[in-house]
Amino acid sequence: MDELIRLLSYFVGIAAFLGFNLAYLGWVERKGAGHIQRRNGPKEVGPYGLLQPLADGLKLMSKQLVVPAAADKPLFMCAPVLAMVPAVLLFVVIPFGDGLVPRQFNSGLLMMFAFASVAVLSILMAGWGSGNKYSLIAGTRAVSQNIAFEIPMLITAITIVMITGTLDLSEIVRYQDGGFWRWNIFRLDKSILMPASFLIFYICSMAETNRAPFDLGEAESELVAGYHTEYGGMGFGLFMMAEYANLVIGCSLTTILFLGGWQSPFGILPDGPHWFFLKMYFLVWCFVWMRWTFPRVTLWGLLNLSWKYLIPFSLVNLLLTALFIKVF
Amino acid sequence: MPGYIKDIINSLKSLAIGLEITNREFLKKPITLQYPHEALKMTPRYRGHIELYKNPETGTHSCISCGMCASVCPSNCITINSRKVPGVKGKVLSSYILNFTTCSLCGQCVENCKTGSIGFSNEYNLAGTNKDDYIFDLLKRLHPEGIPEPVVDPELLKQEEEKLAAAAQKAAEKKAAAQKAAEQASTDASGEATAEEKS
Repeated sequence: MDELIRLLSYFVGIAAFLGFNLAYLGWVERKGAGHIQRRNGPKEVGPYGLLQPLADGLKLMSKQLVVPAAADKPLFMCAPVLAMVPAVLLFVVIPFGDGLVPRQFNSGLLMMFAFASVAVLSILMAGWGSGNKYSLIAGTRAVSQNIAFEIPMLITAITIVMITGTLDLSEIVRYQDGGFWRWNIFRLDKSILMPASFLIFYICSMAETNRAPFDLGEAESELVAGYHTEYGGMGFGLFMMAEYANLVIGCSLTTILFLGGWQSPFGILPDGPHWFFLKMYFLVWCFVWMRWTFPRVTLWGLLNLSWKYLIPFSLVNLLLTALFIKVF
Repeated sequence: MPGYIKDIINSLKSLAIGLEITNREFLKKPITLQYPHEALKMTPRYRGHIELYKNPETGTHSCISCGMCASVCPSNCITINSRKVPGVKGKVLSSYILNFTTCSLCGQCVENCKTGSIGFSNEYNLAGTNKDDYIFDLLKRLHPEGIPEPVVDPELLKQEEEKLAAAAQKAAEKKAAAQKAAEQASTDASGEATAEEKS
């Protein structure tokens, strides 16, 4: 019975947290974009435009779902749902605080990567199922991009697993206890390339979420709207929400692996979930900031970045870590 | 290999510069004009639709209803209605109708106005739901509270009345003469008729 209540309360909590984030990250993004471009962003609906997400949601929900005649109907209808499922599921293993995790998994990191790769399947399904050449191009692009960026991401994650010796996300955070110099990003005694490793992981998680400057899957100026060209109303809404959910997950994972999760940066201040949220939202803000700063990379530029820079560096880091662990 | 490392360092540097620029702009105040809440003041030379100018001396327009504007208008969008008022020199404008739906804002009417009584307005909020919203009576726009009666010159009125009276008298005389002639003609005709019968 206790287990059931725990499960239910975590489900409600995650749903509320996710719903709040999906709605208000859109607002943050639009506000941020506005101010970076010396505009105001949303400001008419509610104070500071705070009711804008509600208005957007109402509008999206009231629109008709149109299935194009050339579409593969089952795939077309499944894709947005499949985009949302891993995004919601992955919150099950994220530790927000010490013991504040819906399901204690001793292989949480593995589950993260397993389900994160489902997201690319939904993009491919949407691209193929739309029966539209732009969507198809976007789908193939997204797949090549995801394959290219999953490799350095996994190699970097393996480095962390080698250092901490566990796949349990909570244990990884506990390992980084005792001040910011103990965080994995600054563990120069384990590998002198750790800060670069953090950068590689961060860039890869940005590419995995298909956001600008890596938004080749939707590239408005080339492919209309990419894989969600044919989607209107809540179909589009689900893709949008999945993007923000993946953003939160990517930043959470970076926080957990490199920035010490819920650990406070100084030993004196108490640890707690607030540190987790502070670090996570700082990384989220950096995503937004970069999106409105950098132009979109070309496809070959993107693959070059992965195969010529990120993968070699993460491999070197892996070897260095192995060496450091063996020697010291 | 040195090129490779240099490439990485240079691109990281340029990315950092980009982020620094956007951050600087982010911290500045927005510069956009919040249009429905605030609006730019139009420059005096803005060429909106035409408008009757108010002559500060008379307090009204100085249009003499010559119709030059209407006749030069390439799209025939000006209609001038005028009337004669006793005691006022020339014609008095009763309505100046601009059909803005066909106006191309060429300004020929303004160029050709002898008295300089029309010019461009600064109006740019021209949105409407009905075609009739764009048929403007410029005289009503100039005097929204009611068109003032033209000033009657008593001397001119007297002269005109005299003229009118003289003309009436003349007409009456002419009429009387005509009647007389007609009577005579009829008697003549009857005389002729009898003569014809005789023959």
